[in-house]
Amino acid sequence: MAAFGSLALLIALALAAYNLLAGALALRWIATGQPTPISPERLADTARRAGIAGFAAVTCAAFALVWSVFTNDFSIAYIAEHSNRALPGPYKFAALWSGQEGSLLLWAWLLAAYGFVLRLTHKRDVKLYAYAGVILSAVQVFFLAVINFAAPPFSLLKGVLPDDGNGLNPLLQYPEMVIHPPLLYLGYVGFTVPFCFALGALMMRYPGEKWIKITRVWTLVTWLFLTCGIFLGMHWAYAVLGWGGYWGWDPVENASLMPWLTGTAFLHSVMMQEKKGMMKSWNVWLIFSTFLLSILGTLLTRAGLVSSVHAFAQSSIGTWFTVFLFFVLAVCIFVYILQRSHLKADNQVESLVSRESSFLFNNLVLLVACFIVLWGTLFPILSEYVVGSKVTVGAPFYNRVAIPIGLFLLLLTGVGPLLPWRSTSMRSIRRNFIAPTIALWVTVIACLVAGVRPWKDGAVDQGNLYALVAFALSAGVLTAILSEYGRGARVIAKQTGKNIFAAMYLLIRRNTRRYGGYFIHIGVVIVVVGLAGAAFNQSNEKELALHDTMTIGGYTLECVGFDQASNDNYTSDFALLDVSKGGVKQFQMTPEKRVYLSTGQPQTMVAIHSVPGWDLYVVFEGKNPDTNQPIIKAILNPLVSWIWAGVLLIALGTLVALFPSQKPAAQKGGQ
Amino acid sequence: MIASLHMRIKGAQGLNNWIKGAQALALAVAVCFSLGASDSSARFSDLGHRLMCTCGCAQLLGECNHVGCQESGREREELAAMIASGDKDDTILSAFSAKYGATVLAAPSGKGFDVVAWIAPVAVFVAALLGTILLVRRWSGVSLSAEKAALKDGTAVADPANESLVEKIRRETGADGGF
Repeated sequence: MAAFGSLALLIALALAAYNLLAGALALRWIATGQPTPISPERLADTARRAGIAGFAAVTCAAFALVWSVFTNDFSIAYIAEHSNRALPGPYKFAALWSGQEGSLLLWAWLLAAYGFVLRLTHKRDVKLYAYAGVILSAVQVFFLAVINFAAPPFSLLKGVLPDDGNGLNPLLQYPEMVIHPPLLYLGYVGFTVPFCFALGALMMRYPGEKWIKITRVWTLVTWLFLTCGIFLGMHWAYAVLGWGGYWGWDPVENASLMPWLTGTAFLHSVMMQEKKGMMKSWNVWLIFSTFLLSILGTLLTRAGLVSSVHAFAQSSIGTWFTVFLFFVLAVCIFVYILQRSHLKADNQVESLVSRESSFLFNNLVLLVACFIVLWGTLFPILSEYVVGSKVTVGAPFYNRVAIPIGLFLLLLTGVGPLLPWRSTSMRSIRRNFIAPTIALWVTVIACLVAGVRPWKDGAVDQGNLYALVAFALSAGVLTAILSEYGRGARVIAKQTGKNIFAAMYLLIRRNTRRYGGYFIHIGVVIVVVGLAGAAFNQSNEKELALHDTMTIGGYTLECVGFDQASNDNYTSDFALLDVSKGGVKQFQMTPEKRVYLSTGQPQTMVAIHSVPGWDLYVVFEGKNPDTNQPIIKAILNPLVSWIWAGVLLIALGTLVALFPSQKPAAQKGGQ
Repeated sequence: MIASLHMRIKGAQGLNNWIKGAQALALAVAVCFSLGASDSSARFSDLGHRLMCTCGCAQLLGECNHVGCQESGREREELAAMIASGDKDDTILSAFSAKYGATVLAAPSGKGFDVVAWIAPVAVFVAALLGTILLVRRWSGVSLSAEKAALKDGTAVADPANESLVEKIRRETGADGGF
């Protein structure tokens, strides 16, 4: 199987190289119009077909690796390193992306799959798709070259073959790890497609904004994958790492956040180009930056540039990615300089208080947030270079710098959709903003009365202050969105004579993009409320003998037993805790500590009881070596489930926005 | 005349009501803000979240939960002892930094080159904000003067086809024309 996989990868590289060279030559011939020995259109079509065949070749290679994992082929170094016989089936799939070589193969396969779809749908705009396909093949050549020559997944072990493999990293043996990395990669890799369209459209001086419409679906789908990937990663960290949080501002987490921020900015600013023919250069650079940040993130993860708990083993591929990053940047700059006259804006912003300028400020804030994350991630390297010593840039830095920016963005989330295009009047501002402002101040007072006070011992309590502002802004934004939605629904109800619920549904169907966007904004508000809940976390840690109790919030935890269990994969110690409230037993929790047999690594299995208001989060921290009694840490995390609920709404909103809008009956009849 | 006077009096009364309302709101906010609780035990937790565990787990000291982690246990004991002996926060952080190196601090300090870490994001944000405001003002100035010039020339409204086109654009890009 190793030989088959290696051969498939070599064929895939050859096909991608052919796609690039033949496609580029055909496009050149078409552009110059000079006489050619063969038809350039036919040559371009052979290039496209080579791209489709390339997908089949990479699929064969990926299949070969998965087959080797399932058949325990430990002659392949990668399989011996990342799998073992006792590994459960679903995690054998996860072995595909648990190491450097396998994850690069997954990347190449996803890229080939996106390319496959792109090349199959080429009839929508043959020339633009040809440009995009050729650029995509250039990216494919790079990745396939890396996995053929720098990080081959089918390298064979030398010497005596082991009976069993080292097994999968215990941290990855969790159900979400079977979904989270592929989703994240779908997001990362997916941004290659809009990048290729943007670069292709610029190269060919594509007239009009059709390329924006074509890439919109690609960008939205990719953004959805990346969003879900990031949040699944947060949930995995929350449920597995056992420290009670979900985001540690680790460089690898940051690497996924940066393209998400620029991608989000792009999704907003393309609307300016579609509606008003503005921000053309800006949009091109946003999507260039998003792709470049995806590559930078990969470089950070894989080259050992920054220390991270996620990072793969250091290897030479960092040099490959650095060269590729600078090459892509140089190409982008060159093409932009050559063709920038094509990107002249048709209109300008007319007023500081308008939908256009709210988009501008939204972009500004998202990009500043991206800069902060990049700056914080790279500052340790800069510090080492300048003063010779590394520093840590952790959560306290981001909490102080990024949270205010995030709150400002939340404010714009509510303000932006309420402003009309071009300019607005004071009357309109008063009409639209009075209810949100009232909601905001009512929430401030309600929070203060409820005990959310931003001062403690005469000093500012940063956590409470941010939480108070977040709750107040969330209330304002939510009111703004709902009142705008309600206004529209009432107008439709009046026009059509339908009841208000039917009118609300019709409103969404008539403008899925706008109301899908509103759902996403409501989802963001709910996520922010969930994040703000972290300001009120409580924790308690205690060594519990049999029938000892500990309290947290209103809960009493009583240890009613501790036991051990084992299977082929791991042994585990766990505690049985009866949880009661007001003297009445409510439920039982079993926090667990596993030790995986193949690696000897320990792993926490957190017990979580989730209700809408809070999560009771219980960790078995281990046994006291002196007393042999379990040490239990209990954390009460308010509003965490709101984060996951908000993400579901964001996903739903994105799906709604992807649906085509229903045209009004009059328009249908006219067609 | 009398009607106008009545309206002015009514307007003044309305304004007075608004001012009174605002004063009551400000008072309520001030009262609520002053009701802070005192909790000195939070200092250990606060400092624990400003220091890193040095075992290499990349976790904050206050959150390190590795079983048998020798480093975090010792660091926590040192932290508790320093707090008990009445040391100030800055003194404690400096002592940790001197003993374990600068990487023990969870965020750059406010001294030396570390200041750049804090200043750069604020500087970039302020520069970007001012730049955007100036750009929009310049653009809106250009649009306004172009419109004025067109009005002066009479070209702006002379062509009825233009007017209907402008109206169509306004309708399609107006408040109900899309997100």
